[in-house]
Amino acid sequence: MLSYLLLALLAVTIAAYFAGYSKARAFATGASDGSQHSLSGYHGAYVAAWAGIPSFLLVLLWLLFQGPVVDSLLVSSLPPDRVEGLDVGQLNLLVSEIKSVAKGNIFSEPDAVVLAAAERYNAWNAIANWAMVACALALAVGALFIARSKLAPRFRARNQVERITSALMIVCSLIAIFTTIGIVVSLLYETLRFFSMVSPLQFFFGLNWEPQIAMREDQVTSGGAFGAIPVYVGTLLIAFIAMLVATPIGLFSAVYLTEYASDGVRAVVKPLLEILAGIPTVVYGFFAVLTVAPAMRQFGELLGFSIAPNSALAAGAVMGIMLIPFISSLSDDALAAVPQSLRDGSYGLGATKGETITKVLLPAALPGIMGGILLAVSRAIGETMIVVMAAGIIAALTLNPFEPVTTVTVQIVTLLIGDTEFDNPKTLAAFALGLVLFLVTLCLNVIALSIVRKYREQYD
Amino acid sequence: MTDISQAQPSITHDWSSSTARRRVRRRYGADRRLQLYGLAAIGTAMALLGILFTSLIYAGYAAFTTTKVELGVFLDPEKIDKDNIRAANFRKIVRDAFFSYFPEVQNRTEKRNLSKILSSGADYIVRDYVVRNPDKIGELVKISVPVSDPFDQLYKGIIPREIDALSYDRIALYRQLESRGVLSVVDGVGVAKTTLFVDPAQVPEEGGVEAADFQRMIDEGFRSFFLAEPSRSFYEILSRNAAETLRNKVVADPSLVGKTIEINLPLSSNYDNLLQKGEAKIRNPRFRSDKEFAWFDSLIQRGLISTPFTWELFFNADSRFPELAGLAGALSGSFLALLVCFLLSFPIGIATATYLEEFAPKNRITDLIEVNINNLAAVPSVVFGLLGLALFLNTFGMPRSAPLVGGMVLALMTLPTIIVATRAALKSVPPSIREAALGVGASKHQVMLHHVLPLAMPGILTGTIIGLAQALGETAPLLLIGMNAFIPSVDNVGLTQPAMALPTQIFSWADSPERGFVSRTSAAILVLLGFLVLMNLLAVYLRRRFEKKW
Repeated sequence: MLSYLLLALLAVTIAAYFAGYSKARAFATGASDGSQHSLSGYHGAYVAAWAGIPSFLLVLLWLLFQGPVVDSLLVSSLPPDRVEGLDVGQLNLLVSEIKSVAKGNIFSEPDAVVLAAAERYNAWNAIANWAMVACALALAVGALFIARSKLAPRFRARNQVERITSALMIVCSLIAIFTTIGIVVSLLYETLRFFSMVSPLQFFFGLNWEPQIAMREDQVTSGGAFGAIPVYVGTLLIAFIAMLVATPIGLFSAVYLTEYASDGVRAVVKPLLEILAGIPTVVYGFFAVLTVAPAMRQFGELLGFSIAPNSALAAGAVMGIMLIPFISSLSDDALAAVPQSLRDGSYGLGATKGETITKVLLPAALPGIMGGILLAVSRAIGETMIVVMAAGIIAALTLNPFEPVTTVTVQIVTLLIGDTEFDNPKTLAAFALGLVLFLVTLCLNVIALSIVRKYREQYD
Repeated sequence: MTDISQAQPSITHDWSSSTARRRVRRRYGADRRLQLYGLAAIGTAMALLGILFTSLIYAGYAAFTTTKVELGVFLDPEKIDKDNIRAANFRKIVRDAFFSYFPEVQNRTEKRNLSKILSSGADYIVRDYVVRNPDKIGELVKISVPVSDPFDQLYKGIIPREIDALSYDRIALYRQLESRGVLSVVDGVGVAKTTLFVDPAQVPEEGGVEAADFQRMIDEGFRSFFLAEPSRSFYEILSRNAAETLRNKVVADPSLVGKTIEINLPLSSNYDNLLQKGEAKIRNPRFRSDKEFAWFDSLIQRGLISTPFTWELFFNADSRFPELAGLAGALSGSFLALLVCFLLSFPIGIATATYLEEFAPKNRITDLIEVNINNLAAVPSVVFGLLGLALFLNTFGMPRSAPLVGGMVLALMTLPTIIVATRAALKSVPPSIREAALGVGASKHQVMLHHVLPLAMPGILTGTIIGLAQALGETAPLLLIGMNAFIPSVDNVGLTQPAMALPTQIFSWADSPERGFVSRTSAAILVLLGFLVLMNLLAVYLRRRFEKKW
């Protein structure tokens, strides 16, 4: 139904364009003194904008509020003796039972109250849907006629249309801000709910992370341990291993590519390195499971010590591969930004290429390289699929890279897959972890970007 | 210059002295080393890239063919009702057709094992064939159906018929014994020469020597070979008959009780094989009996087995059986999500970039917008998933697992890429174009719409395609909004219907325990990478073909 309504609105909008256009054509041919202010197309666009935009917004708002309004109507219409003594969770359960009955999914024998409520629910939804169609179409057609009646030869249709376009562009630009606000508010809201059930002290300083127990005992706050220190340690351990792999390889290849390589080599190797950046992370995750982890295990067996199949080492190493092009291209930029005069000065003193690089270029490019490394660390901490597939789920407090550890992102994904009831600390813990992740990566990015920017200004 | 150098009493530097030469050599050595490190780093990176692709292709190529067996199915009009084809018992029809290849198999258990050679989806394939061709009822038709996963893997040589019976550490224990020289073959039986104490304490009061606990004596004696070994798997090396051998010896000569004797104890069969044949193999546990191999070999000999290209990989929906699982659901889900993503992020991205680049006054709010865009580009993708879950699903009540929601989340992630690309493209349009248009009386909007945007469009499209390619590979946010639902049919495709996406399909296949999913997963990854390569090639082509250098 919604798609038909949207198609109908689109049709009205197109019709509105032609209605405005034809009226404007009529002045244009009638008043041949050339006194028409705007081209006929602008008149059409003006009418179309008025017919289309408000009605579309109405539909959006209606859809946003129809669900909650009908729900609250439903709850208030339930017989009081049925609702009495239910807490929020049980009430939600009842409402979702009514909804599933209303959809026709009847599992067991629902009682009469539920059946009646389901019928009411369906009826109200039908009414609301038809009312939405009627209101939206009426608004579109009404706006069409009002806007069309405003058209006149001296009407400044172009200015009006441009004003509307500008307003639309501003709204689009604000989406970036709204997204950030949306992230912060939704994470903060769920985190605060989490902290109303679990003390922040336990979350930030506890050494024991066993969120699954909260589900099993089927009770809010009883059982389940939410001390996230092992999770943070695991995240840092894997990120550290990844940086240990990525930094030398990335940095040395950047040095070689900027200072030693011929243009031909550069033209071949750089895109090949970029391929590593373009591979989706789920592919890296599978690579870790398929190839790297078994290879490491066999290698460990050869040397006589055991490496877990989902060891931090395998996940970290593969994540390091993913970060190589990241570090190499940022170091590349930093090295290339060092002015030629510094190189020439160094060569003029008789330094070899190697001495120029280690004694002049690298120190000069160091802030840029550090910025790149920080950005890579932020990527490593936020990376999800590799660790979900290749790292562990159990939160063990260990720094041994051969043991499995878990990370913040792994916990977020495992806590939220399949289960989306928002009333237990298990689900909400994921949002608390998400908030920590968001804030940490945000800080790293801000610091890294400011280092990079400051350094760039120094030479420009 | 010359005067000065002549005036100075020379601190002459003898550049040809051996110290100086050595120093120069050392300095150039350091230079070469640095160069070498660089080459090694690039070599490592390239090698890793190579290993990545090689292992994916090596694991995945097999899934592009399917092992099929040709069945001659008689579509009996008495068993298949023309008006109600779906009600017929295709399971029986297919099995009867298959059993007719092996008339000698009559036993029920054997028949059940035999039917395991066929894929569980064979019934549906035949049924769908009949539904499509109802006029064939009453005819004998030849239909190729997939064999089940173990036989598919067997035919392709991915899994062997026999596997090593002994694990790596068990063989290590065996090598320890071997190096002590206690193993030998006596009368065709592999034995270990063991020194043990026939302990009188183990001989009970009643029953005498016959009832003594010889097993215990053997364990005690045999352990002396492996005193430092924590695991007890070395007890498996000796045959269960070892105690019998010892008993016979002691019963024949009861005077041995209380003495330390040397005796050859027989090895258990796996270790016996290892000693005598050099290897110990058992049947791959994925097959139930050697007869299955014989049946399958006879099918191969009769030329009934073929390996056509796996079109099913693209046209089948997901399945629990690897030989039937396909990507149709994932491809359609990814397509719809990307469509939504494009429809939202393309216009919004262009509008934002145009506003910020051309119209926006420089003030606090526009600065804030720019900072936000830069930061959104670096927010971890899983956080966008949390946003989608909390806001779109929980607050707005949008359907779970739907491509619509997936596309919206992906659009938020793609926006920064498109905005940055659009701004770069707008910047590269020279001011002379704008000034000329303004000069002939165009309004600022007209300049943008009629002149600048069309000229910037190749750059914008390139950025958009690259952004969409990134979105195609995103997994984590889609997992959180539930786009990893198991959807075994492609009948219900829609923006608000539950769906999979290509990367989440890869994730869920990678998680499946069946061996056959390893190659399916690799094949799916190759398909995904194929799409990414195509999109990037398109972007490169657009850039080369249409982008103007001013």
